[in-house]
Amino acid sequence: MRELSLHILDVVQNSLGAKASVIEINIEENIKKDLLIIEIKDNGSGMDEKMTKKVMDPFFTTRTTRKVGLGIPLFVHAAKSCGGDFKIQSEKGKGTAIEASFVLSHIDRAPIGSMADTMVSLVAMRPDVDFVYRHCVGDQVFILDTQEIKKTLQEVPLNNPMVLDWIKRFIEDNLKEINGGA
Amino acid sequence: MPVIKSMEELEKIRKQAKDMINLRVDNETKTRIVVGMGTCGIAAGARPVMLAILDELKKRNITNVIVTETGCIGLCQYEPLVDVIQPDHPKVTYVNMNPEKAREIVVKHIINNQVVDEYVVPNI
Repeated sequence: MRELSLHILDVVQNSLGAKASVIEINIEENIKKDLLIIEIKDNGSGMDEKMTKKVMDPFFTTRTTRKVGLGIPLFVHAAKSCGGDFKIQSEKGKGTAIEASFVLSHIDRAPIGSMADTMVSLVAMRPDVDFVYRHCVGDQVFILDTQEIKKTLQEVPLNNPMVLDWIKRFIEDNLKEINGGA
Repeated sequence: MPVIKSMEELEKIRKQAKDMINLRVDNETKTRIVVGMGTCGIAAGARPVMLAILDELKKRNITNVIVTETGCIGLCQYEPLVDVIQPDHPKVTYVNMNPEKAREIVVKHIINNQVVDEYVVPNI
């Protein structure tokens, strides 16, 4: 995957598959520590300890259509090849949390890419699910919470084309802002 | 911060969009466009394909279509895959999609009701 935002889109599919109703995506760019942390938490069905260990294995998948599952292994590889680490925590019935860290300035670190595109794709496909996307750069924070947007929209669906357009612009503008308006 | 202005804008959008809702039809009679969003699909470029479909539908003001996702269906070599499912019609699966082809499918299949044979999954 060329962008970390594509890994995020991919890993969130696991949460959707686990029937999560709230999915949190946290991105922290810590320039002082030269660290990038991506965290994805869901309240889906979770996994037991045995299965949690297995998901890092490319030859494990819950699917029956084919024998490999590369989503998590690819993400782990992306983190580890940039001096980072990967952690996964899960509890049956409660949900799953993953955390991938990267050395921010590592030459092999893929760019974060378009988080606006990733979020718009997710919201368009699954307006029923609540997404909380939090992005920190240094001490600047931006939060997109679809629960709040839904409150403002009332009966208008989240996947209305005009609303999707607004979400895209909202994310792009705010990311520019927290990146110092560049 | 432009945030407050944006939230005001969202309120305006709500008012505009509200009028459109009443014209919508039930989910059962809607056409569904399903984009393959497994690891294979995403790696092959499913995200820009999905965004192109959404954009084309918006441009042409088509509201009776649902765009949704599915995981890997085992045809990874043909990703990005797009299914068009119309009520009372067999499902049509398009392969090796890109944003341009996806837009073409919206115009030809969704609007003009003509299956784009050259992009349909080969018999295997």
